[in-house]
Amino acid sequence: MKNAVFVYSPDQLSYKFSESHPFNHKRLILTMDLLKNIGALSDEDIVPARVATEEEIALVHDPSYIDIVKKAGQGLLTPEQTEPYGIGTEDTPLFPNMHEASCLLVGGTLQAVDYVMQGKSRHALNLGGGLHHGFRGRASGFCIYNDSSIAIRYIQEKYHARVLYVDTDAHHGDGVQWTFYDDPSVCTFSIHETGRYLFPGTGNISERGNGQGYGTSFNFPLEAFTEDDSFLLIYEQALREVIDYFKPDVLFTQNGADAHYFDPLTHLNASMKIYREIPKLAHELAHEYCDGRWIAVGGGGYDMWRVVPRAWSMIWLEMNDLPIPTGKLPEEWLDKWQKEAPVPLIPTWEDPNPLFEPIPRKAEIEEKNAQMLTKALNIIRSEKNSGL
Amino acid sequence: MIVEQIMEKEVYTLTPKDTLNDALKLMREKNIRHIPIVDEEENIVGLITSHDVKNALPSCLKEENNSAIYDTPIEQFMVKDIIVGHPLDFVEDVALTFYESKISCLPIVSGGKLVGIVTTTDLLTAYIELTGAHQPSSKIDIRLKDKVGTLADVLTLFKKHHANVLSILVFPDTENENSRIISIRVRMMNPLPIIKDLRNNDFEVLWPNLPGVNL
Repeated sequence: MKNAVFVYSPDQLSYKFSESHPFNHKRLILTMDLLKNIGALSDEDIVPARVATEEEIALVHDPSYIDIVKKAGQGLLTPEQTEPYGIGTEDTPLFPNMHEASCLLVGGTLQAVDYVMQGKSRHALNLGGGLHHGFRGRASGFCIYNDSSIAIRYIQEKYHARVLYVDTDAHHGDGVQWTFYDDPSVCTFSIHETGRYLFPGTGNISERGNGQGYGTSFNFPLEAFTEDDSFLLIYEQALREVIDYFKPDVLFTQNGADAHYFDPLTHLNASMKIYREIPKLAHELAHEYCDGRWIAVGGGGYDMWRVVPRAWSMIWLEMNDLPIPTGKLPEEWLDKWQKEAPVPLIPTWEDPNPLFEPIPRKAEIEEKNAQMLTKALNIIRSEKNSGL
Repeated sequence: MIVEQIMEKEVYTLTPKDTLNDALKLMREKNIRHIPIVDEEENIVGLITSHDVKNALPSCLKEENNSAIYDTPIEQFMVKDIIVGHPLDFVEDVALTFYESKISCLPIVSGGKLVGIVTTTDLLTAYIELTGAHQPSSKIDIRLKDKVGTLADVLTLFKKHHANVLSILVFPDTENENSRIISIRVRMMNPLPIIKDLRNNDFEVLWPNLPGVNL
């Protein structure tokens, strides 16, 4: 069995809104080039994304919505016709062949699922996926089809496995949460900046699931300006308790890289340190609870020059038990991309220290996050204590 | 918003001759804290709250079983001099009544009959609806000069960016009495172009707004 596969097809880059749009899958090239430069990724590791079928897309999305996406990508619809579906908006503009491009991102995640669930590799990574805001009948927050929701339904139908979905994007994983809100066989876990200001606004600790699914939705909203230590404390403690409570067959992680201080869209103050630790714990727990089965996808990440390539490389390195490098990034990579980058690249694997001015209310922010964690996990802890 | 839009129309009632035990049972069954008491003609004659019931009953720590109290008619304990509301009352006025009279429930009477009930829970539900995110959206706080036309200037910029505004709240500014804070919820994941435009037009954008921390 292979240890890990890296799912990628150049055509995945066709999911592109515009030159100026913050979501840009050039991130994939930058990351792969960095990994190749340090000798951590070879052509044998890469498997192509496949195109998801319309039936697979319909595992989650409404046929009428799929129809709109197809027609919009062929230029057959007016903005009045597409806007009610969240398409042709400032966030999710129209682009040619958007259906086909989206199917390739979904297919990439399904490819990753098949490799892991058929025992062809222990872990699989599709950085092109992680479009967690997509709704059943509506595009939202740069996401057209929700590859993660579709992949989880696909795992349920084809492999009958229990899935723990772990979302460390700075935005709440709303699309995936609502898809499985009533479903007790999928547990969704999202740690994110509080929705008080940040999109999409949901992800409160009180969103715990509904009906049969009550108690299988977990949210850990962090205060704006949260730093590494508090982020990691919450992440580690929460994930350890939730995985032990839910006991999944497979771990599915969404690895948005937008909680970093540099990210223009969010207000968390994390550094590269969390991107070392997030996959490390996921990896450890996948072996402890899921016989190693771990599927990882990408997600947000809007500082594609300074943050995403370094952050996403660490997922692949962790999957392959390779040591996380320290010190200088390869000169060749820096020289090549500095010409295009509008900002000075960070020349080392670590961030500069200090990365930012001290946050005046740091202690209170940490205290509030800790209080949030206690409330969010109360449902598990009280069940444990009552001996059920 | 008026009361008939938020009131609970299915009201559980008892009569003055029903017992404390009946009240206790009904409160537990329906998970309620207030029971209007009506006569045969459905005129409201009193109100009993969970607080009244608890005060009337002996402590659960006492050993002697004083069960006679449970069979006492409600009329001995109910509040008779009650404040009622009307379906056309404004919700804001109900909030003020709760606040000033230190009560937590208002039976709603129309045509002499009990037609509904409003409690603090209903008011909180309305508040949550006003301030919550019910559709995916970002929130932007802006400090505005207290001057005619500034809000229109702000919203013109939102229109320019095709931003769908889902809600607007206006708060007093605790730091500066000559300005207000407006809080706009907008259906958009990337509000940066709007924020940039607002700042270019000399609007003070607080995003996010945490006192003591400046971005």
